[in-house]
Amino acid sequence: MLCCICKEKEAKVHLTQIVGDKMQKVDLCEECAKQKGVNDPTGFSLADLLLGLGASQEMEQSAADIKCPHCGFTQADFKKAGRLGCSECYQTFREGLEGLLKSMHKGTRHVGKVPQALQQSRDLADRLKNLQKKLDKAVAEEDFEQAALVRDEMKMTREKLGTLPSS
Amino acid sequence: MTIGEFLTSPSDTARRDGPYNKIVLSSRVRLARNVKGMPFPGWAKKPDRVRALELVRPSVEGLPQMADSFSESMDNLTVLDKNILVERHLISREHAAKNAGSGLVLNREESLCVMINEEDHLRMQALRPGLQLRQAWHAIDQVDSKLEKKMEFAFTPTLGYLTACPTNVGTGIRVSAMLHLPGLVLAEQINQIIQAVNKLGLAVRGLYGEGTEALGNVFQVSNQMTLGETENDIVERLNKVLAQIIEHEENARSMLLEKKPKTVYNHIGRAYGILANAHSISSKETLNLLSLMRLGVDLGLFTDLERWQVDELFITTQPAHLQKVHSEKLSAEERDLFRADMLRERLRQVSRPKIK
Repeated sequence: MLCCICKEKEAKVHLTQIVGDKMQKVDLCEECAKQKGVNDPTGFSLADLLLGLGASQEMEQSAADIKCPHCGFTQADFKKAGRLGCSECYQTFREGLEGLLKSMHKGTRHVGKVPQALQQSRDLADRLKNLQKKLDKAVAEEDFEQAALVRDEMKMTREKLGTLPSS
Repeated sequence: MTIGEFLTSPSDTARRDGPYNKIVLSSRVRLARNVKGMPFPGWAKKPDRVRALELVRPSVEGLPQMADSFSESMDNLTVLDKNILVERHLISREHAAKNAGSGLVLNREESLCVMINEEDHLRMQALRPGLQLRQAWHAIDQVDSKLEKKMEFAFTPTLGYLTACPTNVGTGIRVSAMLHLPGLVLAEQINQIIQAVNKLGLAVRGLYGEGTEALGNVFQVSNQMTLGETENDIVERLNKVLAQIIEHEENARSMLLEKKPKTVYNHIGRAYGILANAHSISSKETLNLLSLMRLGVDLGLFTDLERWQVDELFITTQPAHLQKVHSEKLSAEERDLFRADMLRERLRQVSRPKIK
């Protein structure tokens, strides 16, 4: 079996990791393993290694080299530094990051703290949705007195929402 | 005021006490945050970094929690002072390497420390002696809630707080405790514990964090995953695991005393012998032997030595702290001589370990 990085030498290091319900295998020659830090148990993460292989191969197929329009950071920069260039990079490199995030975290959706201003606007948006339903119902029932009340409340909620930063 | 004048003395630092202090040296909760629309520090050009620092620093200084704080740009600190801060576990080694465009704000009690433009625009941490993860989380949560009113953080509803490294995205939280585990090391159970803890998705690291050696039998346990779990869940999971580790360490100590008392007395006696009589000693050897002295204090073998006195030596025998009290620049060899002098002097009044 040949090393899947250099594709020249015999693979001597074989790694297997279960990510979600998928098994991922990597076979490396000694030199590439050393270069990727596989011999160093503290610095090694199969996820990083896989990102360098799987993710980049995936990206290469879809787009030669994506560049963040906001900060000019490229996929190659990420492979080198292991850090992103700006917050927009999460959107730019979304596809490549998806698998990586899945492999290194408990979930792929944030469930923790939300900035208060955002939480407020989220709550207001939810309230608007509910009011809209109430309005539709009132109109359907031809209860126009109630519809007028709901409409006023919606107007107030929208005004409040307008003063908050958008998400 | 210089950082040297601002910092609490090693002896007062060592005297800070907290729950389970025998085994848990300290608790820490760190949050990573970035300002919306600005490139991350590692990729930003210098003017952008300076702009971020100028935006963030006054906001941090203005926090009620930071009244009477120490605030400085990293280029105004000497290499020695930065190393002192690393040895006090107040800043990371990575941050110590920063200069213009990075900053530090530390409160009077040394319980809140904000690194500006480390890997992220903001790395804010709450520190507590002993096992106090919940308290540390609440303290830093409050700082974060105050700061988000002054600036908009990079955040999306799906990914949470956006950080330079994808390993921190989501909550941006790192909850960690520093543990002294000589019992588990002597009983040769430490590797099993580390493996079990790793399997639970937690990381075990050495004395100075990522990629460092477990000197002095001190280990840092922290969460690794930051996305898909709430901050409270992470804190509670760590609390549960730490309670288990504490129990295992206690058991290891009693088991050792019962089954291999000679091994334990031999290690502690030799540690005392070397520390009290050496004329040249490295900081690494010192840490490892002081750890055994600390165990001796816990086991009641030293009647005229208290734990804080050992903890003080943990601090004062470190290279930067040792250099700080000498005006001339010391070589590593000279430091080893001065370190041994200091230890002999300190242990002169301490009698040999008494076997019960």
